[in-house]
Amino acid sequence: MSLQIPHRGKTNGVSPSTKAVILVGGSSRGTRFRPLSLDVPKPLFDVAGHPIIWHCLTAIDKVPTIQDVYVIGYYEESVFRDFIKDASTEFPNLSIKYLREYQALGTAGGLYHFRDAILKGSPQHIFVLNSDVCCSFPLNEMLKMFREKDAEAVILGTRVSEEAASNFGCIVSDPHTRRVLHYVEKPESYISNLINCGVYLFSSDALFPSIRSAMKRRADRPARLYSYPSSDNLENSFIQTNDDDESRSNDGVIRLEQDILSDMADNKTFFVYETKDFWRQIKTAGSAVPANALYLQKAWQNNSEELAKPSANIIPPVFIHPTAHVDPTAKLGPNVSIGPRATVGAGVRIKESIVLEDAEIKHDACVLYSIIGWNSRVGAWARVEGTPVPVTSHQTSIIKNGVKVQAITILGKECGVGDEVRVQNCVCLPFKELKRDVANEVIM
Amino acid sequence: MKALILVGGFGTRLRPLTLTLPKPLVEFGNKRMILHQIEALAAAGVTDIVLAVNYRPEVMEKHLAEYEKQFGINITFSIETEPLGTAGPLKLAEKVLRKDDTPFFVLNSDVTCDYPFEQLAAFHKAHGDEGTIVVTKVEEPSKYGVIVHKPNHPSRIDRFVEKPVEFVGNRINAGMYILNTSVLDRIELRPTSIEQETFPAMVRDGQLHSFDLEGFWMDVGQPKDFLTGTCLYLSHLTKKGSKLLTTGKPYIYGGNVLIDPTAKIGENCRIGPNVTIGPNVVVGDGVRLQRCVLLENSKVKDHAWIKSTIVGWNSTVGRWARLENVTVLGDDVTIGDEIYVNGGSVLPHKSIKANVDVPAIIM
Repeated sequence: MSLQIPHRGKTNGVSPSTKAVILVGGSSRGTRFRPLSLDVPKPLFDVAGHPIIWHCLTAIDKVPTIQDVYVIGYYEESVFRDFIKDASTEFPNLSIKYLREYQALGTAGGLYHFRDAILKGSPQHIFVLNSDVCCSFPLNEMLKMFREKDAEAVILGTRVSEEAASNFGCIVSDPHTRRVLHYVEKPESYISNLINCGVYLFSSDALFPSIRSAMKRRADRPARLYSYPSSDNLENSFIQTNDDDESRSNDGVIRLEQDILSDMADNKTFFVYETKDFWRQIKTAGSAVPANALYLQKAWQNNSEELAKPSANIIPPVFIHPTAHVDPTAKLGPNVSIGPRATVGAGVRIKESIVLEDAEIKHDACVLYSIIGWNSRVGAWARVEGTPVPVTSHQTSIIKNGVKVQAITILGKECGVGDEVRVQNCVCLPFKELKRDVANEVIM
Repeated sequence: MKALILVGGFGTRLRPLTLTLPKPLVEFGNKRMILHQIEALAAAGVTDIVLAVNYRPEVMEKHLAEYEKQFGINITFSIETEPLGTAGPLKLAEKVLRKDDTPFFVLNSDVTCDYPFEQLAAFHKAHGDEGTIVVTKVEEPSKYGVIVHKPNHPSRIDRFVEKPVEFVGNRINAGMYILNTSVLDRIELRPTSIEQETFPAMVRDGQLHSFDLEGFWMDVGQPKDFLTGTCLYLSHLTKKGSKLLTTGKPYIYGGNVLIDPTAKIGENCRIGPNVTIGPNVVVGDGVRLQRCVLLENSKVKDHAWIKSTIVGWNSTVGRWARLENVTVLGDDVTIGDEIYVNGGSVLPHKSIKANVDVPAIIM
């Protein structure tokens, strides 16, 4: 009997090598994730007990041909140092490196900038994952399609409601062959409800030449007329160009979505793999709550050992960090994550929420559809409450009395909610004490 | 002695409670409103009570028959076939009120206070004139009709000033009177107002006096005032050192808590101040109650939080529910677990499964 060693590209010359890139962006781009991103970079924010980016790595680890993973962004190196160290232990088959952009180069620009590192060892395929999506990352299925179709690129797509579609990159595909016929980023009018999930698989031979030609097109074209003007949105595209003037004039900024995909639809064998599984964007801080729910449900379906055992007071799925203290009379779930060293008192109710490290929820308090920040305290009989958003909705804000408010209530780091105080649909910046009932407000 | 209680109509202002019971039968401080008045009248030597009503609910007759026996008094209904205002009902009940020559009490059924009937009768007898109005001191006289006395006289009324702009006094009509039977000669059997017609005529003749009410007074005709009146009543019981109040229990917080002996209270609750809990009420564990009334057979489940709310008979409040801001639950209402109700008026037999974020009537 010989030990079966997992087939990795490096050790097995037969299997073509694949690499993965995770795009994490930078702190100046995480503003929509405030107030949580004031204290932790979005990719490292914990949902379902693990950093957002960890969920990407878990999926990557399931692709046997991947060995090298590059995390590309413009955060300082120190930001990811501890995470990469821990992840290297947890995913021993992966070699994870952080590549720092010193200026924002755009999603494609960053890839191109680091092309030498990425192309080292001549990988055939490159997965590119945006870290701000939450999904089941069916990478093996995408790879299978890639091989079957002999494709140059495969994009992960999902169906959303017609109303929601125009907020995303829209894909028109041949219903039989699944070939991408047309791609438009955030169209004005309805094009298709099949949208870009922000997960791609490219052949190395197609990706870099495409970026290069996009850069060339950019250089050849007057900056102000870069967009795709059509007779009815000329004015709009002009304004858009004007808005982005600074970044447009910067030759380095090339985005996969705007600058590459549309071109690939025309010139490359480009296919879409449509996932029927869950998919959500993690843009605003409030979107961490549905993401938490979806990853917890996935862990529950996979019988993950990490989750709390169901009982009269635990409605699955619930994640409780081993160092957290939860009183047995507290009722938790569904879709609750309790972070390290958090304490949850007697008779507490927590539903559809994230309680972060070192937070304290006192007895008989009720926390619904909320995020309780690091070290924050919720008083006895307090009620911290958000509003449920329909599962099919990709919005994290709701209209109340004609005013747009955040659906999810968020307490930033070290906030305090007094005993018996009620906080509803509020976003509370770090270090604030809430002594009176508040609703539908942002508390500076 | 005799008394007439002005009950009037259906008590629509106290809905949704009065969709189930006529207002005089609604429990105030764990005792039916009308019983507070009957007790005080009987204690002052009243033997005949007339209830002036414009409808005749059978449920009321049953209870009143019981009270007749209990206090050894006669209670009769005087039913208006058309609304007769505040004076007309006196004329309609003339037969009972003229039974003998003693003066009779008139009181508004919505008023709660420490009823001073004995002292009122003594004061009335002492001045010897036709009528005495109980008056109470208010902070903002400009909202009411204010009583002005004759110069150099402590009680004889000179005039009434409706909603005075300038300060003329701070005593207002408290809705309780003692009148000689001769006053009935001043009233015709037609819709007529005692405040607008009968009293001004008596004032012109120098026949009307005022009597200062000691302590609390409240018109509890609507839910907001019902809750405020309950607080005043409970404070009054505390001041008197009443044995009715629950003290010495670990869950009592801030006092003024009245709990029926048949009610069950769970562990780790915090109850008070100003809470009334009726018979057979079940309060679960870790419940927080303040400034609220739980009527008979209601149930509050574990970890609920209730403030400024009336929980109707047989209603259930779910776990981790939060009720506040003058929420009133009618009979047999169910509030789901974790539900928030802000100023909801919930009609009987409704089940609430979604938050009521802003004050609303739930039909």
